[in-house]
Amino acid sequence: MAKQVSGKPYLREVSTTQWYLRNEIYLRYIARELTCVFIGIYTVILLVGIWRLSQGQVAYEAFLQALRSPTSILFHLVALAFSVYHSVTWFNLTPKAMPIQIGEQFVPDNVIIGAHYLGWAVVSLAIIILAGVF
Amino acid sequence: MTQRSIDLDVLRYNPETDSEPYWQRYSVPHHDEWVVLDALNHVKDNIDPTLNYRWSCHMAVCGSCGMMINGKPMLACKTFMRDFENLIRVEPLANFPIQRDLVTVMDDFVSKLARVKPYLIPKQDKPIEEGEYRQTPAELNRFKQYSMCINCMLCYSACPEYALIPKFIGPAAITLAHRYNLDSRDGGRDEREEVVASGEGVWECTFVGACSEACPKHVDPAGALQQAKIASTIDWFKEHLTSWLNK
Repeated sequence: MAKQVSGKPYLREVSTTQWYLRNEIYLRYIARELTCVFIGIYTVILLVGIWRLSQGQVAYEAFLQALRSPTSILFHLVALAFSVYHSVTWFNLTPKAMPIQIGEQFVPDNVIIGAHYLGWAVVSLAIIILAGVF
Repeated sequence: MTQRSIDLDVLRYNPETDSEPYWQRYSVPHHDEWVVLDALNHVKDNIDPTLNYRWSCHMAVCGSCGMMINGKPMLACKTFMRDFENLIRVEPLANFPIQRDLVTVMDDFVSKLARVKPYLIPKQDKPIEEGEYRQTPAELNRFKQYSMCINCMLCYSACPEYALIPKFIGPAAITLAHRYNLDSRDGGRDEREEVVASGEGVWECTFVGACSEACPKHVDPAGALQQAKIASTIDWFKEHLTSWLNK
């Protein structure tokens, strides 16, 4: 039987479910996107905490007790790792989105990235002070 | 001394005789100073004159010889053979239909490029007697990087969004729109925003960043697109805040 020949340009198929496995850049991207799952779960836990607080001291104590379980601690460590990965990769991209030109020259990338880390440190310190650690 | 050789696998497709593309292997001399384009020219001149591919300048200026080399979008004239050990696999640029062998159909890119009006639209026309439109070095530096684009389409091949959502205007075209929007002599931003700020424009981009890693001219399309997003967001707030304040 003769081959079916279209005589037309050939369209290659793109996998809609496995495209991110094609190379390392896509994998790094999808890893950054996936961090939102852990940050989302963490946010839900935080909201549950506020809800339990509204129910009174006993309920809140039980919530705090649940946070001390090994599963909870493990989850928080994993979520911390993912959120650090998210923040670091995101900060490293900021000079692309927010270039600052002074006169003829642009502010070096590491100054813009550094300013974000500084802001991060200041906000973290403020939260730690508000939490009464010092 | 015997000449070292290397295998060169090329994805072939002839729409008149083939139902789908197939791999063909050629053995080519391995010279440190050769680029992949030299290997293809060697095949065309000495082994198989039926091989089709685009090229012109051989110096990363014309943007014709973009192809997938071992899975990455690259210019064949800027990719040295010495960086490969045993095998070089060459395919047509991903995300474009294959016309024949390594030649792709680029109509989609060309029509999208035209839609963003990548040329100066002066704020106001002035007669030639009034002289040139002047610009300071600082004003030039503002957009210079984005004017280095050679329309080679490697960024479209690298972009997974364009692969999945073909209506996406895409990296190079939006970057060129951004280049003219940043130009102090230009007044065409509103016209371009109709395309750039639309659903098929900059908002299809999710900042994978593969376009900037593929770009052979260090244009950084990913950066341009994020800046275009910020500008478009500011536009939206200005428009809605002013209409709300004027109520």
